[in-house]
Amino acid sequence: MSKIDRLPPVREAGGEVGREAEPPTRPAPPPPPSPASPEPGRRIRRKGLGLGSSLRRDRALLLMMVPGMAYFLVFHYGALFGNVIAFKEYIPFVGVADSPWVGLGNFTALFADPLFWRATVNTLVLSAVQLVFYFPVPLALALLLHSVSWARARKFVQSVVYLPHFLSWVILVALFTQVLGGDGLLNGLLGGGDGKTVVDLVGNPEAFKPLMVVQLIWKECGWGTIIFLAALHNVDESLYEAAALDGAGPWRRFWHVTLPGVRPVVILLLILRLGDILSVGFEQILLQRDAFGPATAEVIDTFVYYNAIVDGHWGVSAAAALAKGVIGAVLIYAANKFAHRLGEQGVYR
Amino acid sequence: MSLAVEDQQLKTEDRAGRPAWMEKPKPITQAAKAVTLTLTVLMVILPFWVVIATSFAPGDQINDNGGWALWPREWNVGAYDWVLSNESTTRALMVSLGVTIVGTAASLACTILLAYALARPGVVGGRIVMLMILFTFLFPAGMIPSYLVVYSLGLIDSYWSLILPTMVNAFNLVVMRGFFQGLPGELFESARLDGAGELRILLTIVMPLSKAVIAVVGLFYAVGYWNAWFNAVLYLNDTSKYPLQTVLRGLVTQGDGITKEFSNEGVLTQAPQAIKMATVVIATMPILLVYPFIQRYFAKGMLTGAVKS
Repeated sequence: MSKIDRLPPVREAGGEVGREAEPPTRPAPPPPPSPASPEPGRRIRRKGLGLGSSLRRDRALLLMMVPGMAYFLVFHYGALFGNVIAFKEYIPFVGVADSPWVGLGNFTALFADPLFWRATVNTLVLSAVQLVFYFPVPLALALLLHSVSWARARKFVQSVVYLPHFLSWVILVALFTQVLGGDGLLNGLLGGGDGKTVVDLVGNPEAFKPLMVVQLIWKECGWGTIIFLAALHNVDESLYEAAALDGAGPWRRFWHVTLPGVRPVVILLLILRLGDILSVGFEQILLQRDAFGPATAEVIDTFVYYNAIVDGHWGVSAAAALAKGVIGAVLIYAANKFAHRLGEQGVYR
Repeated sequence: MSLAVEDQQLKTEDRAGRPAWMEKPKPITQAAKAVTLTLTVLMVILPFWVVIATSFAPGDQINDNGGWALWPREWNVGAYDWVLSNESTTRALMVSLGVTIVGTAASLACTILLAYALARPGVVGGRIVMLMILFTFLFPAGMIPSYLVVYSLGLIDSYWSLILPTMVNAFNLVVMRGFFQGLPGELFESARLDGAGELRILLTIVMPLSKAVIAVVGLFYAVGYWNAWFNAVLYLNDTSKYPLQTVLRGLVTQGDGITKEFSNEGVLTQAPQAIKMATVVIATMPILLVYPFIQRYFAKGMLTGAVKS
């Protein structure tokens, strides 16, 4: 899931409290003769309606929630309990409940493992590289698209650049290998081919980080413009007009109207990226880990996968994943606090 | 919302789309923009084109080039014949189609029902349920805990393991709930006055008005199921149950099951590379086919639901 996918719901979290607290906007209907025979408008909360009658009133809606909630309870909240194996020596044949407790043993083993630290360093470096070289690209493209006044051209470009978001990483890696790999187009055009390799960017450890960033840009930067374009469109048109009438040229309008308009979104995305700093494209990297070798391409998520599912060190891997999850949640919290200090809205209030 | 706003804006602008106060851009700026955007579009399209051309190119041409073709010397559908008659790829295609159809239907049903119930103001328990769902963004279940759940449910090596663990996506749910909340409340009032139950209201009033968001969320789910690769690696030991993406992965990196075919004169007639690329094309085709039809709903569906603050 890309960053953009996570955005709106978290903003929703902020809006949630406000919305629920608002008084109902619809006119209150006359009170029903009895709670047992629900009337139109019964959804509006009335004082003195007990839990039992609320449940009876909403039973159809509650039934509708059952399949979806069952999913969340089993596959999210049920799964969260699986994290206890971070404190156990998990033996698959014995099961989670009966595996012996080991206290913090898995964490000590994890923090003593140089491979884990190598994966952590790789993750942090790649995250930083992405932040510097990927993060501004969708914003730049959005600003460019926004400035194109020929609507047809703009829509055409949008349709094209959104498309790669819908491709799987398997296909993307195949496409990139075909263009940039040792048997690929670029190598052929530069005079290689037929067994002769001039450039092979897929598999050369030196090219790993640039290639990861280029792939990310190719796949997600178009889709990433959506959130910025929405912010740009929400800027009040009359601000531009007023600035223009006051003699501000295009550059000053950009600086004083456009940029402040997208700043909250930029900060929001930065916070989310910070909370995600320990995750870098799991599927993308897992698919190419073997081509580049684990020394370059092992990140925390692939470390967890290989260590647990392939090598069977379940407890240690679960400890790594749990530590990562907790640090991520703390980072989001801290970044959000920091954004509030700066007087920004942040992810939630 | 961006695109919806865009539509309104078009009506008030001239063909050049420039409001009266805006100065005419310099030709050099315009040229720079045009060149940048053209290059962007070409860079997106080029890899697709190389893959398509290679999949149709004859074996000796691919061989001479060293593994690629920009324009097939003759258009050769042999690679597609191979893929569509090979047992492992056709079975994988069927698995992917089945999982995508069943999964999308199940996901849409659960998401619509839950989103509708949560979109009604004041439903009992609605707030706590919503908070529980939003919490999964902050702290998602990891790979190992998910694996343990699938394992303990006995779903390892079952096709359901490709569907159930990703059945409801919290983002899609929030998008749909937002869209339902945007529908005018009077509709529900009058339907309820007529004595319609919640399910009837949902089926006969809400869903027909929500085709756009259902199309977009359905596309997201379908693309998710179709593109899923790793969950099969994680949950399936039986490789004969692998979906297309996972088989494609083995085919492209290891050349699983591909043998070189030569003519009587010893000329390579069917390059393995063409077969790999034909599989890539087939695995991309459903998305390319559906995309143009759903793409116009992006404006109406997704963003009105999601981006509102």
